Order: sequence, then structure tokens, then C-alpha cells
Amino acid sequence: MGARPLGQTADRPDVADPPLDVLVHARGLRKSYGQLEAVRGIDVTVRRGEAFGFLGPNGAGKSSTMRMIAAVSTASDGSLRVLGMDPATDGPAIRARLGVCPQDDTLDSELTVRENLLVYGRFFGLSRAEVARRADELLAFVQLGDRAGARVEQLSGGLKRRLTVARSLINEPELLMLDEPTTGLDPQARHLLWDRLFRLKQQGTTLLLTTHYMDEAEQLCDRLVVIDEGVIVAEGSPAQLIRDHSSREVCELRFGVDDHDGVAARLAHLGERVEVLPDRLLVYAADGESVAQAVHDLGLTPRSTLVRRSTLEDVFLRLTGRSLAD
Amino acid sequence: MSTGVVRPPLGRFAAQHLVARNYLVYRRDWVVFVTGFLEPLLYLLSIGLGIQQLVGDFVLADGSRVTYTEFVAPAMLAASAMNGSLFDATFGVFFKLKYEKVYDAVLATPLRPVDVAVGELVWSLLRAAVYAAAFVAFMAILGLTGSWWALLGPVAAVVIGYAFAGAGMALTTWMRSWQDFDFITLAVLPMFLFSATFFPLNRYPDGVQWLVQLTPLYHGVVLCRGLTTGALGVDLLVAVAYLVAMGSIGLAVSSRRLGTLLLR
Amino acid sequence: MTSSPGVPVTDAPNGLVWRQFDHWRVRWRRTWRGSAVTSFVLPILYLLAMGVGLGAYVDEGGGRESLGGVDYLDFIAPGLLATAVMQTAVGASTWPVMGAIKWDKTYFAMIASPLRTRDVLVGNLGFVAARLAMSAAVFWLVLWGFGVLVMPWAMLAVPVAIVVGMAHATPLFALSAWLERETGFMLVYRVGVVPMFLFSGAFFPISQLPGLVQWLAQALPLYHGVELIRGLTLGRPDLLADGAHVAYLLVWCVLGFVLADRAFARRLAG
Repeated sequence: MGARPLGQTADRPDVADPPLDVLVHARGLRKSYGQLEAVRGIDVTVRRGEAFGFLGPNGAGKSSTMRMIAAVSTASDGSLRVLGMDPATDGPAIRARLGVCPQDDTLDSELTVRENLLVYGRFFGLSRAEVARRADELLAFVQLGDRAGARVEQLSGGLKRRLTVARSLINEPELLMLDEPTTGLDPQARHLLWDRLFRLKQQGTTLLLTTHYMDEAEQLCDRLVVIDEGVIVAEGSPAQLIRDHSSREVCELRFGVDDHDGVAARLAHLGERVEVLPDRLLVYAADGESVAQAVHDLGLTPRSTLVRRSTLEDVFLRLTGRSLAD
Repeated sequence: MSTGVVRPPLGRFAAQHLVARNYLVYRRDWVVFVTGFLEPLLYLLSIGLGIQQLVGDFVLADGSRVTYTEFVAPAMLAASAMNGSLFDATFGVFFKLKYEKVYDAVLATPLRPVDVAVGELVWSLLRAAVYAAAFVAFMAILGLTGSWWALLGPVAAVVIGYAFAGAGMALTTWMRSWQDFDFITLAVLPMFLFSATFFPLNRYPDGVQWLVQLTPLYHGVVLCRGLTTGALGVDLLVAVAYLVAMGSIGLAVSSRRLGTLLLR
Repeated sequence: MTSSPGVPVTDAPNGLVWRQFDHWRVRWRRTWRGSAVTSFVLPILYLLAMGVGLGAYVDEGGGRESLGGVDYLDFIAPGLLATAVMQTAVGASTWPVMGAIKWDKTYFAMIASPLRTRDVLVGNLGFVAARLAMSAAVFWLVLWGFGVLVMPWAMLAVPVAIVVGMAHATPLFALSAWLERETGFMLVYRVGVVPMFLFSGAFFPISQLPGLVQWLAQALPLYHGVELIRGLTLGRPDLLADGAHVAYLLVWCVLGFVLADRAFARRLAG
């Protein structure tokens, strides 16, 4: 694994005064819980108007980073500016301008759908009339208008998540933070949510999200960092990351035998790189079809062959030696 | 429920598996189990050390004189059997039904709703019996038992527990939120205070006496007091019949309701 | 959504607590009827059973002397008020607090807004105080109906009862924010609340108890609440002793608050 943690090698410009359009500016950010080091020195810059993603497996340190940026958890070390302010001292002022959509929803199950928005908006010091106006608007936006009077416990997972998104928008945030926004949702609910988030992005809201789904990162993020074991291992746009860290195409071969390593050795010359996974072999090459042909010419007969374009999954595999689903 | 489903043979008492599940959970919370002995004991002590010093002896229906603690102790036995089984059958079942979703998983196996209801009931009664045995032993040590019939105290506790657990579980299936449990409190507290627990029935005017005799806890108290003081009568048999009928009706209703709630 | 600043950026930090007003107002609206009925019916039942029913045996049995020459009804009425606010405080400071951390996670939602953990704590304690005030006031009215209040000192029983409740609420908030599992409550209830309820002088003078138990009872806040409220409802407060009781209760309030503040910060924003 040749990747070096970017967070530890990047230049460290003066952190005192990041430019105005930088909403999140972290340098050497760390978080430890007792012995456990969840975040081990990361540098992140999020600019106004972009959709920025943290991509990584569970336990990589994404949520800890998000909590520090959301000014609900103090950094153990490093510097952090959010909206030009210091979360350690300006927590309330920062949170006033953030929208937070946590993974576990944190909705108030004793209140109705609409009451959840009304009550929450008041925490931001908004007037009752203003909150009521925004609540109705937002319920329409997330298509929950007809469920306004329902109790939260009666909602499905997808509807709850939409309500959480609506709640996170009640203060018209400049920066919307979403922690694993579609984890646990069915495909239909995911697409609906992606559509809403895409609209927000087009309206100029800055999005900051964590995900361990490749397709989500590719759909939503302009720029992302790949994070693993508390450090950033790569940074760029999805296309750029694929260009930099993977080949154009991948040939996936399933042999149905245990001797993947032996087969891999025989295929090594066919592509730029060969990865051995528990159930299949991945041959990385510019032209996958010709790899498939070459495999056949070697007299090997895989049970199945699939040629596809490289994805962020391949980038992650390259950078960490592990697959994201782990 | 579909009748065409093939059921693997589970034995005649499928509910035992749920009892085993509860035992497993409970074993981890042994502190809870041990401290369960404490509450009735503390009541007994506070009455013995406190109230008994303030009031004189009581005369029972058959003319025998007892100290105030001897009078109240069997009522505590009955009341704690009621409280314990009600707690399990109401709060406990509601929590599992709504929050832990234990039964959704259980019913995905060959177990039926009636097995769930019976399992919870049996579990609750097992504990009632253990607690009652300890309580009776403690009464004997303190010299509060007047007859060998007191050995049947745990059996009486099981009968009382059966009545309240059955009824409580049935009511729980209609509960919408924790707020609704206020109704249970509002029903239990008057029973606890007025079922000839703290003073004899003859203290009430005739009309009220008749009302008190309708409540299930009154019969539980009659049963326990008869056994621990040795003042036996037909009213004990009436009490048993009343309590068993109440529990059986409750159990039948709850298994039916659990079925409609969980197998939609 | 436009990206124009959608909220007042910040106002005075104290204002943050009041922003929770609607949150608690909505909750209150959902629950007040139940607690009002309970706070009304429970004292009537207890007073009838213990005060009137059992009281007759006490008064006939010569118990009045041990009680300092008062009827049993007059003796236990203030005790019941004190134990009732204690129980209300326990109910409002245990399961709901753990629920807002562990199950619903509503506290986490709250601190994602400009509210700080201390604002959340103070707001929630304010709600508990309001509930205590309502229960105490309703209870007081029932006592008044039973004719056991001696004016004008008895007027002070409600505000004092709120302090008694808060002396239990703040340490329990700390405990609830600190406990990982709800089984701890069972222990607190059986080892703490029940014995305190029975042996704090509400039902009989603690002088009847063995020395060590007396000492334990005096260490806990409820005993001081019972003594204080009894002095007021009987219309014969003892300024020196009662001042000490109040001071001791305030120590519990403050100590509990400091611990709760720490536990909230650690658990919510650690």
C-alpha cells in the first residue's frame, strides 16, 4: 500500500485566517477517547457551495470528525475553524448556522411530525410564526405534508430520515451536515433523498456528508476524502480519484476454486495490478475486454467474467488493501 | 395465522423457550433479582418498627388477637405478589412489545402468541413464588406466622400473581403510550390501600364493605391472611376461585390480542 | 433554501435556556392531565387510607403522645406531601433523562442547535420544577380540603416542596446521565427510594428507629423535607432547625447540579 496519509504530509498554511469562502478549515485535527485514537491528524478544507464527502468504512473516524465540526465534541488536538469561528468558544454561534442530520435521527418520538419541526426551530431563536411558515414549507419539500399530524413512531425509516433532513433545514443552514444519510434505507427511499439533497446543492447549500457507499459519494460529492483508521488517505473529485488511483476498467473473474493466489500469479502480466478478494479476482487494466480475452487464451475458464469501469470501491481497495464493506 | 403452515413439533409446552430466554436475561441482572426481596421486607420492617408502636393489637374475625404487624404482613405478601406480577405483565410486556420488539422475533419462529403469553406468565409466577417463599420464611423468623398453613403462602402468591398478570397483560395490549399506565396506577393504588390491607373490613360502612369485597386484591389478602394466621374458612376457597377465574380470562384475552397485534 | 443567515446569530447566552420553552410546553400539554389527576387522586387516597382509616387506630391506640400530641392525619399529611414531591422528582429525573440520551436521543438533537449542554440541563430541570410546582399545589389544595393546614405558615409549604423535589432531581439527573443501563434505576429505587420513603419520618417519628438507621435517614434529603413541611403545615416552624434543613437541601441541589452538569457535558459532548 503505497499511500501516505495526506493529513501528515500536507503543507500547513497559516490557520488563523482562512479565506471567507472556506466554511470548514481543519489542520492536524485529532480526537481520542481514552486510549482509542479515532481521528489521527486530518486536514480538511470545505468551500462554500460544494458538496464534500468523507468516504470510509465504519469506525474510520468519520463520525468523530463530523461531531467536532458540528461543535458538539471538542478536538483533542489540532486547529479547527468552522464558518470562520472556533468551535471550542463559539459553539452556539456556529451551530446556529449549521444543519445537522445525524445517522440515528434523534427525532422526538413523543411529538408529531410537524411538532418536531416547530419545537426544534425555536431552539434557534426563531419566532413561532416564522417556524410555522418554514415547517410547512419544509414538510412540502420532503414530501411529508400529508403526514404532518402523524406521530413519529408511526413513520417508516425512510420517512423518519426525510423528517430529520427537514428538521436540519429549519434554520436555513449555510452548511448542511449529513451522517450516513441513506444507510438503512431501501433503494426507492435513497433515490428520493438523493434527489432532495441534489436540489439543495443546486440552491447553493454547502453539503458535508459521510458515507460508506460508493454510489452515494459518486452521486452527491464534488470532492471527497477517503478516510481510513483516522487518517486521510486520498483526496479529490470522484473522477479524479479513480483516475489517480485505479485503472480505467476492471475485469472481475470468479473461479470457484480456492487457488485464487495461484491463478493470480498467472494473470499478473495481463493488467496493471491484480487484487485477490475472498470470492473473486480483480484485474485492473485500461481495456477490460482484452484482459478477458487473454484469460481465455491462457486456457483458464472462470465461472463468470465481468468487465466494468473502475469505481471508488476500487480506489479504496487500492489505498487501504481492504474493501469498504468490511 | 395461516393454518396451512407445517409446524415442527415443539413439545406440549412451547412457552418454556420464552421462559428460558427471560431466565438468560435475568441471570445477567442478578442484582435486580436479589434486591427484589428487599422491598416487601422494608415495608414489613417499617410497619413493625414504626406503625405497630403507634397502634394497639387487632382482633380478627374469629376473635383471635394479633399484633398490627401480624395483621399487615400477609397483606404485604398479597400486595407484593400483585405488584410484582403486574409490573412484569404491564411495563415489562409493553417494553418488549414496543421497544425491544422481542416478540416480533419470537413469533418469526414456530412459537405462537399463546406461547408468548403463557411464557411471560409462567416466568412472572416463578419469580412470585420465590419471592413469596422468602417472605414467608422471614415472617416465620420474626414470629409473625401463627400456623403451619403459612407454608402454602407461596402457592397463594402464585394464584394472586396469576390473576393480576393475566389481567394486566390483557390490558397492556391496549396501551398506546406510557401515559396510559397512569390508569393502572390509579386502579392499583386504591386496591393496595383499601383491600383490608392496613385495617380490617369492618372499619368501612356496609355499602363500602360490599364494594371492597368485589376487588381482587381483597380476596388475595383474605387468602394470605387466612393461611398465615391459621384462621381458615370457606372464604379462602371463594378467593381462590375468584382469582383463578380472573387470571384465566385475562390470559385468554391476551393471547388473542397479542395475535392480532403481532400477526397482522 | 437560500443561504441567507436564517436565524438570529446569537442573543444573550441566557436566552438559550428560554428557547426550549416551546419544547417543554408541547410536552407539558401532552402529559399534564395525567399528572394532574394523579397528583389529585393519590393524596386523597393516601389521606383517607392512612390518615383517616389507620389514623383512627393510632389515635385510639394512644399513638398521639409519640407524635407530639397531634392526630395521625395531621402528622402524616405533610409527610405525604414531601414523599409525593420526592416521587414526582424521581419519576421525572430517571427514565426520561436516560431516554433522551439513549433511546430517543433528543438531547443530541438539541445540542446540534445553538443550545449548549448546560442549557439543555437547565431547561429540563426547569420543566421538572414546573411539574413539582403543579403537583405540590394540587396536593396542597387537597390538604387544605382535609383541613390539616394551619395558616399562614402553611402557605410556604408549596415553594418549600419544590426545593425538596429539586434536592432529589439534580443528583438523579447526574446519575441518569452517568448510568449506561436502565437496570441501575431498579437498584436506586429499591435500595434508595423505597427505604427513604419508608424511614424518613413521613409515617412515624424516626426516633423509633435504631440509631444507625436514624443517622442514615438524616443523611438523606427526604427527612429534612418532611420535617420542614411538617413544621409549616402544623403552623409551628422552628426557624433555626428549619434554616438548617433548607441549607442542607440546597447543598443537595447545588451538588447535584454540578455533578449533572459534568455528566451531561461528558455524555453528550465528550
